[in-house]
Amino acid sequence: MKPPESTIGRMPISLSAGTPVKAGAATHCPYCALQCGMRVTVGETVTIVPRQDVPANAGGLCQKGWTAGEPLTSGERLTTPLLYGEAATWDEALDVVAERIREIQREHGPDGVAVFGGGGLTNEKAYQLGKFARMVLRTSQIDYNGRFCMSSAAAAANRAFGMDRGLPFPITDLAAADAVLIAGGNVAETMPPFVRHLAAMRDRGGRLVVVDPRATATAGQADLHLQPTPGTDLALALGLLHIVIAEGHVDEDYVTRRTSGFDAVRTSVAAWWPERVERITGVPVARMRLAVEMLGGAARAAILTGRGAEQHAKGTDTVSAFINLALALGLPGREGSGYGCVTGQGNGQGGREHGQKADQLPGYRRIDDPAARAHVARVWGIAPEDLPGPGRSAYELLESLGAGGGPRALLLFGSNPVVSAPRAGHVAERLGSLDLLVVSDLFMSETAALADVVLPTTQWAEESGTVTNLEGRVLLRRQAAVPPAGVRSDLEILRGLAVRLRGAEGFPTDPREVFDELRRASAGGTADYAGITYERIAAETGVFWPCPAEDHPGTPRPFLDRFATPDGRARFVPVEHRPPREDVDGDYPLYLTTGRVLAHYQSGVQTRRVAALNAVVAEAFVELHPDLAERMEVSSGDRLRVVGRRGVTEGVARVNPAIRADTVFMPFHWPGVNLLTNPALDPVSRMPEFKVCAVRLERAG
Amino acid sequence: MSGLVVVGNGMAGARLVSEVRARDGSLRVTVFGAEPWQPYNRVLLSNVVAGTMTPDQVRLLDRGWYADHSVTAVPGVEVTAIDRETRAVLTADGRREPYDVLVLATGSRPVVPPVPGADRAVAFRTLDDCGAILDAARTARRAAVVGGGLLGVEAARGLAGRGLPVTLLHRAGHLMDRQLDAEAGLVLEETLTELGVETRTGAVVTEILDGGVRLAGGGTVEADLVVLACGVRPVTGLARDAGLEVAHGVVVDDEMRTDDPSIFAIGECAEHAGTVYGLVAPVWEQAAVVADLVTGADKTSRYRGSRLVTRLKARNVELAAMGETHLTDDEAEIVRFSHRARGAYRKLVIREGRLVGAILLGETSAVGALTQLFDRGGPVPADRTGLLFPGVSGGVVVDSPVRMPDAAKVCQCNNVTKGQIRGCWESGARDVEAVAAATRATTGCGGCRDAVEGIVGWLCEQEGIPA
Repeated sequence: MKPPESTIGRMPISLSAGTPVKAGAATHCPYCALQCGMRVTVGETVTIVPRQDVPANAGGLCQKGWTAGEPLTSGERLTTPLLYGEAATWDEALDVVAERIREIQREHGPDGVAVFGGGGLTNEKAYQLGKFARMVLRTSQIDYNGRFCMSSAAAAANRAFGMDRGLPFPITDLAAADAVLIAGGNVAETMPPFVRHLAAMRDRGGRLVVVDPRATATAGQADLHLQPTPGTDLALALGLLHIVIAEGHVDEDYVTRRTSGFDAVRTSVAAWWPERVERITGVPVARMRLAVEMLGGAARAAILTGRGAEQHAKGTDTVSAFINLALALGLPGREGSGYGCVTGQGNGQGGREHGQKADQLPGYRRIDDPAARAHVARVWGIAPEDLPGPGRSAYELLESLGAGGGPRALLLFGSNPVVSAPRAGHVAERLGSLDLLVVSDLFMSETAALADVVLPTTQWAEESGTVTNLEGRVLLRRQAAVPPAGVRSDLEILRGLAVRLRGAEGFPTDPREVFDELRRASAGGTADYAGITYERIAAETGVFWPCPAEDHPGTPRPFLDRFATPDGRARFVPVEHRPPREDVDGDYPLYLTTGRVLAHYQSGVQTRRVAALNAVVAEAFVELHPDLAERMEVSSGDRLRVVGRRGVTEGVARVNPAIRADTVFMPFHWPGVNLLTNPALDPVSRMPEFKVCAVRLERAG
Repeated sequence: MSGLVVVGNGMAGARLVSEVRARDGSLRVTVFGAEPWQPYNRVLLSNVVAGTMTPDQVRLLDRGWYADHSVTAVPGVEVTAIDRETRAVLTADGRREPYDVLVLATGSRPVVPPVPGADRAVAFRTLDDCGAILDAARTARRAAVVGGGLLGVEAARGLAGRGLPVTLLHRAGHLMDRQLDAEAGLVLEETLTELGVETRTGAVVTEILDGGVRLAGGGTVEADLVVLACGVRPVTGLARDAGLEVAHGVVVDDEMRTDDPSIFAIGECAEHAGTVYGLVAPVWEQAAVVADLVTGADKTSRYRGSRLVTRLKARNVELAAMGETHLTDDEAEIVRFSHRARGAYRKLVIREGRLVGAILLGETSAVGALTQLFDRGGPVPADRTGLLFPGVSGGVVVDSPVRMPDAAKVCQCNNVTKGQIRGCWESGARDVEAVAAATRATTGCGGCRDAVEGIVGWLCEQEGIPA
């Protein structure tokens, strides 16, 4: 195997970045939800060039995308199944897994076996995983890491609009806006080419407002930065709406024609006058007024939320508050304007539509809806009553593992909860108590290392399939490389298990065949893919759902005429602010918040194996304000211990005035910080409170 | 079970009722209000006077709220007596309402100076008062506001904002003397002058005339609208008549309980540890404590007093004052910045490394951080400058790409330093595209394009090569 190294030196200097060396497979990046278009050529080395024809990145790529080829040639790749730590054949491994599943289900019933998926899986894999769980295992116990990601925004969008599509408009609309507010999103680091659309907007004179407790790279490019106390975005949104009303920026005509429920919201935000909000958030009243001026004065404007606003035990209400703000300004459903959520994971959108969520069936259908059950059961060739009901949400599922009444076995695909789940120490303990843990992964992730059975699987460029990006545009990933010998795709793994447990029927391994069934299963649902084909995606560089028929053009802006609610109106939802579940006190006087850095992705299983990315950031760090550093007598480079109620971790100090003096920040791409995060759940979305808990700092060593 | 009876449906009473309902859906609740209105947000009345909000926009609860939440509301009915023996309240219209728990939230009433003609003036207290002021303002040519405290300043500013010349009359030597030191009062006065409010300090009103105000010393101020903002006095008659302990307000303990364990008092009628609170934040805290206790949601809930932050709500006047602003250099460490020409005054009062008071006048982004530092009692950083001028100390310096050291990162997205761009230029790259092809700089967010262009151009210029 080649040692991992950057391809920079080999790139011919005479070529512009946008010119392909030679036409490789037209595909998309393995990482975030922007799903930048790229061409991948695999020869002696892997060559990646950005595609110009994909609007999301329009020729741009970040460091992660440029180096995405390295995991394809990594010497650390898993290439043989592992059975209790020993290499095994596929038949041996799958036989054992099937046998153990049978035994456990005999003793504990169908729900004795659970499934955990991921927002990085293609639509085909997510769909097949849900089908496998419900039809083969007949378990209700399936959920996925998207619960930790999109669930609050999804819940709030559903209750306001009757539909959750991350951006209900093409991303290029942003470039034509006059104002964009991003709450709790750092796109300059998480999806850098996104910024091209914002920069184009600003070049035209549009204004960017960023809400973030840190002066992030994105805030650095903003015309106005609001820097609230962690856990107070909800109060801020209420204050902004109060000002919108007081200053007469409400689009009364729109509110009358296109919404319901404004009166209750108008009354409830009367109690959130700006001076009160200032005291809670720390955001000066004058800045709130400025933000409202920018939004209220814009002919076209968008309000976006990211994980910073959403990953709270009140995340759903926080998003509702921002949606209320957007509705009062008359933005959603107007061409060039709107509310959107900046989806995180590569297939964070598609991954939440096709049935790996505990309460959901393909096509964004509800599993407790009799009509939805009948439709999906028909496609699957089973009786509706054979479909299990709703199961536990992600954290509740992980927490119940191995305990009294909880599942005794877990099959895990495309996720690394030992690093990424809140209160991760407890999660590792629960995983350790299982009778059977099966993990499918590319590398020996921290969770795979705990598994009884590890199944080596293919990765993005070694397989094809569809993903749905943050715009709701369904994209085609094409195979560019031959998988290493010994590795199987997740579809092959599921078929292998299905054969042993129920029979192969209904578990093809060709992604296109799975997609065609997904189209039928989603037909008539909210996320209707019926009219989308691989050919159309290829010809149109993506198709927006809903797309109910092959002669339907797809729906770039689904709310222009009506919202997806029964009466076609968007619903205002009155919400109230409340403090974080764990506030600071004398013992734990600092807020801890988490997030991403540009060079890494998710729990780092891929990016921590890329030398060029480790060269930028190689380990977890603790960002702290100079005032706090001075009080602690620490300097950048010192080791710090971060102590919370649920765990302890360490990191290297990075002193930076970009953060509030009452808050420390740690990136979550390494094991550690999630030992501390708070698993308090949102009552609606079951989102854990990742973004704020209380800690104290100590010098380590 | 007779349930909970609340006397008063203002900021405190209405808040209590909704806090109770948030915790307990079944407890029987009856609320009496002297005013006929739905409860409204008194804090926002200045905005109504200023014309930035309508009376409809300051409602605290919707009309349908009471029915939806099974709360019996009796607006416009005065409670005249408490029968502690049988646990019932009696009303002016002859009703008798039994209670298990009674909460007094009777608020306060405005102080009217005992001068001849006082009835010619309008107090500024209720939504009805606002209506009267606005009616008068429509035809008035000049207004006078008596009392230069928080409310008087807000009222004066609001009326001036309607285009009415206003004279603000204040008894003490400077405006808002309870919250501000003399210099801050002066800066506020100057700020108000520019907004059309003429201030007279040391002005003692002796008579309110038809068309003006007579001052001690003989002068008169012309005004056909006179607004009184001379402070408030707790409404305690009901409690006093019932034999409850009353000092300045109805005396309560940390549970907000009076000396009768089944009677609580909250808001501007209550006196806790010697203090009667007139700001909304403490009042709402008190309501939450009582709601915790009467519903049993949290039997350990206690009110421990509040730190007071006064925030003026007046357009184009940014003013925050908190804590012990009157301490002198002998008693505390004072950090002060004054720039009267720009209407700016900032003062920090620090004791034992903690912020115990502050005044911020004129627009500043420091207000949020300072308020929170004061609220939490957190330690103050050694460098006080950054507190008064956020962004000054330790701020990020954006340098010209030309003066950057070679190690400085130019392209964050692709981790490219100026040195690498220079190296690339030395290997023959002469434009952004060539640098991008070799280093990937500019291919992420694209934000460094100008910087790369600048460096390449500068290198070409240095070497005399046309870019």
